Amino acid sequence: MNCQGVWTIAEADQGKIRDVSFELLTRGRKLADKLRTELVSVLMSNHIESNNIQELIFRGADKIYLVSDSKLKHFIVENYANVLEDLIKKYRPEIIIAAATTSGRTLMPYLAIKIKAGLTADCTDLDIEKETRNLLQTRPAIGGNILATIKTPKYRPQMSTVRPKSTKPAPIDRNRTGEIINVPLKPELIDGRVKRIGFRKNKQEDANIQNVNIVIAGGRGLKKKDNFSLIKELSQHLGGAVGASRDAVDRSWISYPHQVGLSGKTVIPKLYVAIGISGAIQHLAGMKTADNIIAINNDPEAPIFKVANFGIVGDLFEILPKLNERLSKEECNDRK
Amino acid sequence: MNIIIPIKQVPETSNVKMDKKTGTIIRKGIESIINPLDLYAIEVGIQLKEEHGGTVKVITMGPPSAEKALKEAIAMGCDDGILVCGKEFAGSDTWATSYVLASTIKKMGNYDLILTGERATDGDTGQVGPGIASFLNLSLATYTSKIVNLNSENIIIERLVEDGYEILKLPLPSLLTVVKEISYPRLPTLRGKQRARKTIIPKWTNEKLQLKQENLGLNGSPTRVVKINHPKVFRKGKIFQANDEDSINESIGQMIKFINEKNLL
Repeated sequence: MNCQGVWTIAEADQGKIRDVSFELLTRGRKLADKLRTELVSVLMSNHIESNNIQELIFRGADKIYLVSDSKLKHFIVENYANVLEDLIKKYRPEIIIAAATTSGRTLMPYLAIKIKAGLTADCTDLDIEKETRNLLQTRPAIGGNILATIKTPKYRPQMSTVRPKSTKPAPIDRNRTGEIINVPLKPELIDGRVKRIGFRKNKQEDANIQNVNIVIAGGRGLKKKDNFSLIKELSQHLGGAVGASRDAVDRSWISYPHQVGLSGKTVIPKLYVAIGISGAIQHLAGMKTADNIIAINNDPEAPIFKVANFGIVGDLFEILPKLNERLSKEECNDRK
Repeated sequence: MNIIIPIKQVPETSNVKMDKKTGTIIRKGIESIINPLDLYAIEVGIQLKEEHGGTVKVITMGPPSAEKALKEAIAMGCDDGILVCGKEFAGSDTWATSYVLASTIKKMGNYDLILTGERATDGDTGQVGPGIASFLNLSLATYTSKIVNLNSENIIIERLVEDGYEILKLPLPSLLTVVKEISYPRLPTLRGKQRARKTIIPKWTNEKLQLKQENLGLNGSPTRVVKINHPKVFRKGKIFQANDEDSINESIGQMIKFINEKNLL
């Protein structure tokens, strides 16, 4: 098949490369080294500063295909898929990895169909099968009850999306060198059917729960909407974002973008604090792979305690005010 | 406004129990339901029909028993359904599934809008909706959270992304995958259930679709599942009882110590 190279798809927003692009390079570097091939970062965007682009090389890329044009300022799947398809046909990579973000999870399936490639969503682990050079892609399914390993023996490229925050960016190494290849945008690749006519930015308090190190989540145990202020206060003390169970969202205590679980978001923070959440299987599916889980619940039998590293069985209305009070007196280290 | 909604039948996962000896899911006695995230697409489809007229058709690829999911959708208010069924479709990955559903839609013809759920709760890939759009070369919006405006030529929608909502204008026909925020699914009515019972669901096999065998089922699927593991996420965490002033203070102190020792902030 004569395909060569591992590609990662960088993402940019408002003229700046998103962190997830560097995380992808960490994944890609490991695979490229095992395959003894080059690691490429593909950046489709507009007006990114050159030292920001250089950072892709400092963090692991050997080569960058840069397609910079005002028509690529915003993610429009049809345009991005056309540009990427054109690059793939020219340079024939063996592996393409994108982030499992709203754009990555739109671009990759749209593109995989056009080039008949195998695509595996939301991988948590990627490795190489040495003898065959096949990519081994591991992902959770059935609400996290199974981990399936998937490969694509006969088709190239092999494509994956991986969850943001599931790896760390490599440290900057200013001695690393690489090549930046400017690829002019061919006008015929712009589809033109879909127009982005506006954008409504989240309020500060609606911080994206998938992009933070700490999530403080509340559930039915809070009893009413007003009590969510206890969760918000704790999230401010700990410097985290507010999450919620489906019950809390269905009762309109908090909006849907905060929902964690099977019908909401999957989060992998360093610390997940579940308060008044019993831990139904659908909720666990969205948070059980967090690095650390703290649970506060009045039911000692609640399933959430089975996945917790630390738990308190008690009345959250007695515990939270005291906890908030103590944290306001700076009892935790390294708070900024 | 003619709308087609591809749906999926999935196991009712809230009752999933794992076999402790084999580590596999106990399927026996597990009820099958419409993928919960497809209900939002069905609801939006019915609302758009109520407002703009036209038809709402549901389709699914699955075993004969998946007819039940189509009938449930009809009971909610969809007009009719098609079941794509046959052993040649077994083992399809998202590429092959998208191919068959897109081919079905092409053969049905006469549509303005395709609506799907964001993903299915069992496979959890979210790839089939965009895949169908790609096969049919339709303009696509994923994570649609609101329909702002619809006329005979265009649709304006909001799309839920990481840091806010994008507003997109798409020409019809187009495909939208929708998130929960877009609607509140209605329950089937008694009259709807009666109508669903009487509705005959046509079964489309490959004799009808005439697709190349090499693109179907396992043959047509680029990916292969090579291993299944059953992760054990049970952690042996320390659990503190907090039932009086002293034990509450003690457990809070322990929690702060836990956070500090692990350097979590």
